[in-house]
Amino acid sequence: MRKRSVLWRGMAPAVLLAATTCAVVQGQSAATIPQAVLVQPAALHRKLEAHPHAALILQVGSRTLFDEDHIVGAEYAGPGSRPEGQQALRARVAGLPRTREIVLYCGCCPWRKCPNIAPAWELLHGMGFMRVRVLYIAQNFGADWVAQGYGAERSQ
Amino acid sequence: MVRSDRNNVGSGRAADQRWVRPAVWGLMLAGSLAVSGRAQMPESLVGRPAPGFSLESVQHTRVELEQYRGKVVLLNFWATWCGPCKVEMPRFMEWQKEYGARGLQVIGVSIDDSAAPARALVEKLHLNYPVVMGDAKLGERYGGVLGVPVTFLIDRAGSVRARFDGEEHLAAEEREVREMLGLPGH
Repeated sequence: MRKRSVLWRGMAPAVLLAATTCAVVQGQSAATIPQAVLVQPAALHRKLEAHPHAALILQVGSRTLFDEDHIVGAEYAGPGSRPEGQQALRARVAGLPRTREIVLYCGCCPWRKCPNIAPAWELLHGMGFMRVRVLYIAQNFGADWVAQGYGAERSQ
Repeated sequence: MVRSDRNNVGSGRAADQRWVRPAVWGLMLAGSLAVSGRAQMPESLVGRPAPGFSLESVQHTRVELEQYRGKVVLLNFWATWCGPCKVEMPRFMEWQKEYGARGLQVIGVSIDDSAAPARALVEKLHLNYPVVMGDAKLGERYGGVLGVPVTFLIDRAGSVRARFDGEEHLAAEEREVREMLGLPGH
């Protein structure tokens, strides 16, 4: 009995650490972003055609991928999964009214494997931005946006 | 194209074509996806010479694609932040070990924004194939690499034989590699 309680006491920190780690990882998954804030590529494309400057569009993934092609008018805001990316994103939106419409996208990898999009959304949500939408990219930016003919541009 | 079809409304033959054309295209698309598992990214490079490059690897060796002419090259675009990429890499190491003597050469192209994280992962995994740093221009020359992983198979003559976008294509990739090496299927 005593042996078992010692064993449990020894294991407790490890179990706690594993649970915490798991929660943190789950918290960063794109699957945690509320459905209500997601926007499909076709819908965003239609919106941009009608109102090209209605929203601030921020790419929160890879600089290399952004340079190769990005949504017309989008800005690069740093990788959402990294501290330097979060800092860059925070700095970019710092002076904006909390009612500003912002669209975040990444598209580096399949949606559920994307490490960047959820932390970026959580950051803006936490800062009080009320009109943040997240572009749902199922496979990647090339397949779900460029190959659909929605229009893209490369960095100068 | 769409306008031309609209102009033909009323003609029985044109009406048939309106159904037949999408059906044929649909079948072709479904067929190509079922056979190869490739996603819908452009395959414009398939059947054409692979764009050459000469870059220093993160392991500090010079990698020229041309130097591998005569070998089957598996060219894998990846990044350290890409979960599916890191699932594939140990398999590519196995293939390099198993098929290297038969003429396979795996080359990795990291699209990380800097070499440091790529080098760290290469060292951690003890990668047995070279990794170079890619950029937007190289991605464009390869028909657009706008998401990873993306893997190209290049035949012994230097032509692109296949492109695989996204994850979960390892079985199809290995099948094609074995075929290109002249090995029997599993």
